[in-house]
Amino acid sequence: MPLYGTALLAGCHLLGIFLGELLGRLLGVPANVGGVGIAMLLLIAVRWHGHARGWLAPRSEEGVKYWAALYIPVVIAMAAQQNVLKALSGGPMAVLAAVLAVLACTSIAAWINRHEPAAAAPVAEIS
Amino acid sequence: METLLQKLAVENGLVLSFAIIGLVVLFSEVVARQLTRGRVQGSALAILIGLTLAYVGGRLTGGNKGLADVSYFSGLALMGGSMLRDFAIVATAFEVHPTEAKRAGWMGAIALGLGTIVPFIIGVGTAYAFGYRDAISLTTIGAGTVTYIVGPVTGTAIGASSEVITLAIASGVFKAILVMVTTPMLAKFMRLGTPRSAMVFAGLAGTVSGVSAGLAATDRKLVPYGALVATFHTGVGCLVCPSIFFFVVRALFPAHS
Repeated sequence: MPLYGTALLAGCHLLGIFLGELLGRLLGVPANVGGVGIAMLLLIAVRWHGHARGWLAPRSEEGVKYWAALYIPVVIAMAAQQNVLKALSGGPMAVLAAVLAVLACTSIAAWINRHEPAAAAPVAEIS
Repeated sequence: METLLQKLAVENGLVLSFAIIGLVVLFSEVVARQLTRGRVQGSALAILIGLTLAYVGGRLTGGNKGLADVSYFSGLALMGGSMLRDFAIVATAFEVHPTEAKRAGWMGAIALGLGTIVPFIIGVGTAYAFGYRDAISLTTIGAGTVTYIVGPVTGTAIGASSEVITLAIASGVFKAILVMVTTPMLAKFMRLGTPRSAMVFAGLAGTVSGVSAGLAATDRKLVPYGALVATFHTGVGCLVCPSIFFFVVRALFPAHS
């Protein structure tokens, strides 16, 4: 039943967010530290286990895949409720800081990705 | 009639949002295919339309939640809110190949470090150029340039003025929107195409909202890898900005008066 998949997803989500909050508390930070990332790792682990032991039915997986497919529509809804007005009203300083930061970071990303070790390709072919 | 429609819209907010976003996506796909012959991704266009609607909503209501502040469209706040957004992001983990993620994991961590330090330095530098000299304001604006959540968290922790905190949020929000819009255009330049490149990009660009929308508009397959790294961004920023980074800035710019 697809609901089993959705319930499994919900369980990973909640546990991940909880652990992220806990990690934040331990570090003394008023923020969730990687909760979503932890939830993703949990789901990856659960899926791997489910396939290896054969308890995860394809029908159940549909309950996760549907939500993954809803990702882009949800992001569009998120875009529609950004505080665009405030972002534009921050004045030249806020705009300049943001533009320079994005320029610098994309340049560094470009530099790193252009120097992707040649070894990475053969490894991909083997595995 | 008007009140009847409004009642319908408000009571069925989430359902109405599915219908509206469905129309936006359909419209974007058709326009992207027909007018730009697929050169512009449909989802990139849809995100731009979403941002435009958010601007219109902000203009109409003066609120801070874009179109979701217009009562007819309040359901958008639920559909695009952090709960469903994170739920959908976690679901994409089903598409992750663990070996790919594991191999690029350390690279993502390095990118995450750079993605925190570099924007912070740029934010501090910009604030300095605009006349700020006290360590608290400089740190807060630098933190805001990391992500729009790190800014106010840091500012509140070290006691910045509300004017400076507002500025920090503005630069963070503007950065997130800039990442959403420019990622598809800069994808070739950044060589975005492999899981590893997506993790490097996510670590550097920061903000889940910017990265998730930027990658969605570039290549849907890369989204889970980027999200895996980007979700640590705010946590790391909140950890180092009000502590280590603040101490360094305070040492560099001791109070004059």
